[in-house]
Amino acid sequence: MSAVILFWSLLVAQILLAVAMAIATFRMVRGPRAQDRILSLDALYVSAMLLLLVFGIRTGSTLYFEAALVISLLGFVSTVALAKFLMRGEVIE
Amino acid sequence: MSHAADIPVWAAVLTAFFVLVGAGFTVIGALGLLRLKTFYERMHAPTLGSTWGAAGVLIGSIIFFSVLQSRPVLHEALIAVFVTVTTPVTLMLLARAALYRDRAERNPEVPGRAKAQSDDE
Amino acid sequence: MRRLLPYPLLTASLLVMWVLLNDLTSGHVLLGAVIAISASNVMARLQPQKPRIRRWLSIPQLIAIVAADILRSNIAVARLILRQKHVRRVSGFVTIPLDLRDHTGLSVLACIVTSTPGTAWVEYDSARSTLLLHVFDLVDEGEWIDLIKNRYERLLMEIFE
Repeated sequence: MSAVILFWSLLVAQILLAVAMAIATFRMVRGPRAQDRILSLDALYVSAMLLLLVFGIRTGSTLYFEAALVISLLGFVSTVALAKFLMRGEVIE
Repeated sequence: MSHAADIPVWAAVLTAFFVLVGAGFTVIGALGLLRLKTFYERMHAPTLGSTWGAAGVLIGSIIFFSVLQSRPVLHEALIAVFVTVTTPVTLMLLARAALYRDRAERNPEVPGRAKAQSDDE
Repeated sequence: MRRLLPYPLLTASLLVMWVLLNDLTSGHVLLGAVIAISASNVMARLQPQKPRIRRWLSIPQLIAIVAADILRSNIAVARLILRQKHVRRVSGFVTIPLDLRDHTGLSVLACIVTSTPGTAWVEYDSARSTLLLHVFDLVDEGEWIDLIKNRYERLLMEIFE
């Protein structure tokens, strides 16, 4: 019983998170401006991290946790760097 | 999915509920990213995913692994702390960068510098 | 004691992090303690401005208020996004004068405001101590000023000033 509940709910959750990633990717490609792309990148990595955690629950392995932690930290650093670049780099056109 | 049969039904239901709530909030946040019209409106959408979206999945994961290994597994709380501390910082920096660029282009939709604003008030 | 533990809170959270990442065994607690104490001593060399917390008792109250507010505004914003085409909604900027001066308090306020869906901290003008806020569903400016000032700022001033 619990296997059935978990199988379907985790499947639905994975599909939802994949849809969220697809939408974020679409917005990232579409733009229209650089800040929109960075914002979508931020949303993309949060969804990817959550998808990895759901994978972890599905397989019963805690290995995915470390990957999720690394994604969340690297995503933070990259978004901060890109936002900083917007302030200092591209403005002088 | 052989391990999933080992956990009691109440834990499975709780895990399923929290994970679905988290994934649901995340996808609604992404939908907002798609549907909202201006950047400053879109800025609010990803916070859905990074607050209760992340919290839902993390709570689900904590419940599942704690029941599965029959000991408290709390390391997911670290991700929760990192996400709640880092997301506001990135959004604030991004908002300031966007404001800076809009002001440099003299976009009429954003308020000017504090001084200019006090002049027209 | 003061020399060994210049930042007790930082040391404690580093130790907790170490134990959470590894296992709760005596070896890991010992190793984590050594790392946490040396890291906080390195931090002391950097001489950051030390935040002072005056009232510890208000912190759980603040956390509870913020968690409830985030949940409520999550649901409100989710509803607004889903009914985007049917609801007329105005979003805009609000300028709020702040009385809070403490740097730590201001950064905590910034994190609270930004991580709540529906409000985003855009700019803080330290010369005039005003805050520029972007609000997703702006019905009444006074209501938001009142919310920030009475709900969060008062508590933060109790804690930090």
